[in-house]
Amino acid sequence: MSTLEIKGLVASVAGKQILNGIDLTVRSGEVHAVMGPNGAGKSTLSAVVMGKPGYEVHAGQVLLDGVDLLGMPTWQRAQAGMHLVMQYPSEVPGVDLTEMLAEAYSARGRSTDGLAASVAAEAERIHFPSALLDRSLNVDLSGGEKKRNETLQLALLQPKFAILDELDSGLDIDALRDCSRRVEAATHDSQLGVLAITHYNRLLEELHPDHVHILVKGRIVASGGPDLADQLERDGYEAFTGDEVADAPASSGSYDDLFAL
Amino acid sequence: MSTTLLDAAGHLGSAQLPSTESEVWRYSRIAELDLAAFTPTVPHTTVVGAEGLVPRPELSAELVASMPVHDVFDELHAQYAHTVEVHVPAGKVLVEPIVVTHHVSGAGAAVFPRLLIHAGADSEFTVVERFESDPGVVALIVPRLVLHASQAARVSYLGVNLLANTVWHLGHQQATGERDSTTLLATVALGGDYARVRTDVRAVGQGATTKQVALYYADGHQMHDFRTLQDHIAPKTNSDLLFKGAVQDTAKSVYTGLIRIGEDAKGSAAYQTNRNLTLSEGAWAESVPNLDIRTNDVKCSHASTVGPIDDEQRFYLESRGIPPEVAERLVILGFFDDVLAALPVGSLRPELRDRVTEKLLGRVA
Repeated sequence: MSTLEIKGLVASVAGKQILNGIDLTVRSGEVHAVMGPNGAGKSTLSAVVMGKPGYEVHAGQVLLDGVDLLGMPTWQRAQAGMHLVMQYPSEVPGVDLTEMLAEAYSARGRSTDGLAASVAAEAERIHFPSALLDRSLNVDLSGGEKKRNETLQLALLQPKFAILDELDSGLDIDALRDCSRRVEAATHDSQLGVLAITHYNRLLEELHPDHVHILVKGRIVASGGPDLADQLERDGYEAFTGDEVADAPASSGSYDDLFAL
Repeated sequence: MSTTLLDAAGHLGSAQLPSTESEVWRYSRIAELDLAAFTPTVPHTTVVGAEGLVPRPELSAELVASMPVHDVFDELHAQYAHTVEVHVPAGKVLVEPIVVTHHVSGAGAAVFPRLLIHAGADSEFTVVERFESDPGVVALIVPRLVLHASQAARVSYLGVNLLANTVWHLGHQQATGERDSTTLLATVALGGDYARVRTDVRAVGQGATTKQVALYYADGHQMHDFRTLQDHIAPKTNSDLLFKGAVQDTAKSVYTGLIRIGEDAKGSAAYQTNRNLTLSEGAWAESVPNLDIRTNDVKCSHASTVGPIDDEQRFYLESRGIPPEVAERLVILGFFDDVLAALPVGSLRPELRDRVTEKLLGRVA
């Protein structure tokens, strides 16, 4: 049993503070959804936890079984048991999936014997076309293929915790279902803990969260069970943001003001 | 007492080195060359795979006559060239490549290899030219290649520079393609101190296709300097160029390329891509693409980049638990992957990939 604890995390990017004190705890086998409107800090949260360059942490901790990840370079965080499924996975020309996984295995001291067979089996399970396995990573892949590829890697690398950054963006319902089912299976089979960051409810219909958190302006403003997502679906983010709504339509009052001139 | 290049050039009436003031030698290190330090010498050259090919002096004479004489190196070359001739008759297909190897040895040696390739109509073959040297030898090699592809011939050339990083290399390749011919001029430059290759292709027959490919990787104090010309003279000709290089430590590289589409070359297509990785703070790379298009109805594009390893690619690999030095190795080898795949003679690829790996492992980060 492992625990990922995010405590009082304050971070900025390009001089602008985005995270204003995040507290979250995920345990092995749990699925937590973090939902929020555009600009709430969802992607920043995943980037900071994984140590992406360009983000500055001002306060807080990210503890994996009590060890602070924030002092480690990205690759050590991954080896410690973290995995990031990226919203926009980078293209890496000239490097194919199996070659990359072989290095990832070797770096963990894992044998690469039978790797090609494991890759083929996972590809079949997640419906990633085997004809694409020889391609350069993420080059000329559709949105759905990229996310299947990301999920395939997650399954093989067997981390303790996975952050899914907008897994549902840019993929069709079949791919969403395949990816969600594979992730859900890992939560049962290897007690994977999941932090699923998403804008929409759509993902949560496939990937059933135990806990839902609502992120607004760099803070968790509400936490609850799956019903919180339903409430969000019904009432919108407005209910959680008070009078400040990011994408509020122009009120008729503004026209009144205009004509009153 | 042997004659130095300076004496020899004096006899020829032009002891003047070209100047970096002239555009063709801009960015070069030509001013550092001391002609008095070198003596014309016979190269150690071996040829494998050309058995059974008959010399054709009249064709060789035509090829030599087509060589330009612009500067002191051209003049010295005319005087001291050692020639290898490859004449493949019409319709002949050679499965195995012809391999020409020049080995440079002896301090102060200056060698002037000349490779003449004449491809008969509808012939098909590959020639590999390897440039090697004793380790640490201070020497000068001035190779010239003249290649003529007759109608529908398919010819590939691969020059491989594996010279010690103390050897100067001033190369010039010129190829001419007749109607419906396909010519590939490929270069791998890993060695040399200052190593320059000028590579010109001229599509003179309708439907001719030319390709130019290079992989270069300079470390230490090396400098790789490329000048390329894609010259479209006839209609409906195609040219494609892919040059990819890396520089590390305090090494330098320069790429200057010109696509020229003449008035009669309607319906032609020309592509030019040059990408450079700068792998150390002190390394420097320059890329200068040029276009000179004198007709309508052409397709033309060029792309050129110079920069360090992409942060996103590095982060992606590191986020999978791959340490930075391994991630960089993957990215650098991946960067060269398409150009390695485009080289003729697939059997040489593992060796060349290993040599690239050797270089990048020696990098002072």
